[in-house]
Amino acid sequence: MMKNAVVARRLCVTRGGNPVLRDLDFEVAAGSVTGLLGPSGCGKTTLMRAVIGTQRITGGTVEVLDERAAAPALRHRVGYVSQAPSVYDDLTVRENLRFFARVLGVPRERVDACVATVALGDHADRVVARLSGGQRSRVSLAVALLGEPDLLVLDEPTVGLDPVLRVELWSTFHRLAEAGAAVLVSSHVMDEAARCDRLLLMREGTLLADDAPAALLRRTGAPDVEHAFLSLVGAGA
Amino acid sequence: MSPRITAAVALRVLTQLRRDHRTAAMLLVLPTLLMSLLWWMFVDLPGAGFSALGPALLALVPFIVMFLVTSVTTLRERTSGTLERLLVMPMGKLDFLLGYLVAFGLVAALQSAVAVGTCVWLLDLRVVGSAWLLLLVAVVDAVLGTALGLLVSAFARTEFQAVQFMPAVVIPQILLCGLFVARDQLPRALEVVSDVLPLSYAVDAMQAVATSTDPVWGDVGVVAAYAVAAVALGALTLRRQTA
Ligand SMILES: Nc1ncnc2c1ncn2[C@@H]1O[C@H](COP(=O)(O)OP(=O)(O)O)[C@@H](O)[C@H]1O
Ligand SMILES: [Mg+2]
Repeated sequence: MMKNAVVARRLCVTRGGNPVLRDLDFEVAAGSVTGLLGPSGCGKTTLMRAVIGTQRITGGTVEVLDERAAAPALRHRVGYVSQAPSVYDDLTVRENLRFFARVLGVPRERVDACVATVALGDHADRVVARLSGGQRSRVSLAVALLGEPDLLVLDEPTVGLDPVLRVELWSTFHRLAEAGAAVLVSSHVMDEAARCDRLLLMREGTLLADDAPAALLRRTGAPDVEHAFLSLVGAGA
Repeated sequence: MSPRITAAVALRVLTQLRRDHRTAAMLLVLPTLLMSLLWWMFVDLPGAGFSALGPALLALVPFIVMFLVTSVTTLRERTSGTLERLLVMPMGKLDFLLGYLVAFGLVAALQSAVAVGTCVWLLDLRVVGSAWLLLLVAVVDAVLGTALGLLVSAFARTEFQAVQFMPAVVIPQILLCGLFVARDQLPRALEVVSDVLPLSYAVDAMQAVATSTDPVWGDVGVVAAYAVAAVALGALTLRRQTA
């Protein structure tokens, strides 16, 4: 039995007067890659921010690594990559990582290791503003890897990446999971579902399914996750 | 709070400034150019016009420049998501704020050293007190500008809004600081307002150093107290959690 890194019960979030997350129950297991899939606007980012503790919740509970989400003790143990890359455009890749490494108090060697993990070794001394969008989001990912977090929360990290790189990143996520981390990855692209150990399918602030990809296909009799999603929406309607 | 993290922030801000050559150059020479302009204006006139106004301008310029630079940089930090990222890391709110104060305080020291040096040695600014004290008051002023810039950036959503805070927050202080009308000759209500504005004390301190050897610690203390208050309020605006 895998240990759960995240346990959410009856999680509700209201933003600007509108319910964005409605009574969600879910878990994210340590040692595996959990995919959070759903169309744009369904609440993926809000859910992830509730997990890392930056989103104020209006109901229910979120427990992260046996602490309440947002507990100060988690600041060393959770890595987060926001949907828009949050790094300093006017610093080089290496300067960015060095700064965040100092903040986290991790040794300097981690900088080169993480630059290599996201395959930016050739660009380490380039100013981030002069990188492509995909390269920039990899810098942001590298920052999240610095502290070797127990929980890694990645908001659409593979959007806009070329397919080769995408495959490489997914194998990186699996490597991190095999080393024991819990990895929660969101995407609005359904064909990434097959790469996850477990799927949370989301629509309009509710979870349609919480299952392994193969089990989901079997249960719905659909040929792929996209069709499974459609048949679940049909079943719910 | 941790000195390691505060230093990391300060170092990073300075690296960013260094990367932006044009901003760095302007920060260093602009105040000196403005002082030189003031000197030139009075060059053919009798009396001590430059020496009368120079100290006040030495107080105003670092305050204005640091206010603007800080409000724009920290706004950028809020909108780019880097602030949110830092706040989910083991970053104390004071680490963040003090890091900025240290970085811009150092820049202000350098900037004011060039300006004060030029005024005293090249432009013959008359200073009865110590030129070092002039420099110190300028740096405390710049720190106040930085602290207020950090604070107001919380109330701006865009850089346009942030820049608008400069006329809103700074120009009334310039008008009421005693430069245009002596503070005790202002209408009573405005005199009271002028008494609670920090820049009034900064200009008083500068003028006191220039014209006497009287101690100015009282005025400097008021300016520093405002900076501390602005930082404390700024810390309240840094939210780890939003709705
Ligand atoms: N700052 C905000 N204030 C109010 N509503 C918001 C805010 N941000 C997002 N929302 C709403 O919350 C819902 C979910 O948004 P989000 O979590 O960003 O979805 P996703 O990441 O799946 O695209 C959307 O309907 C969006 O309009
Ligand atoms: Mg999103």
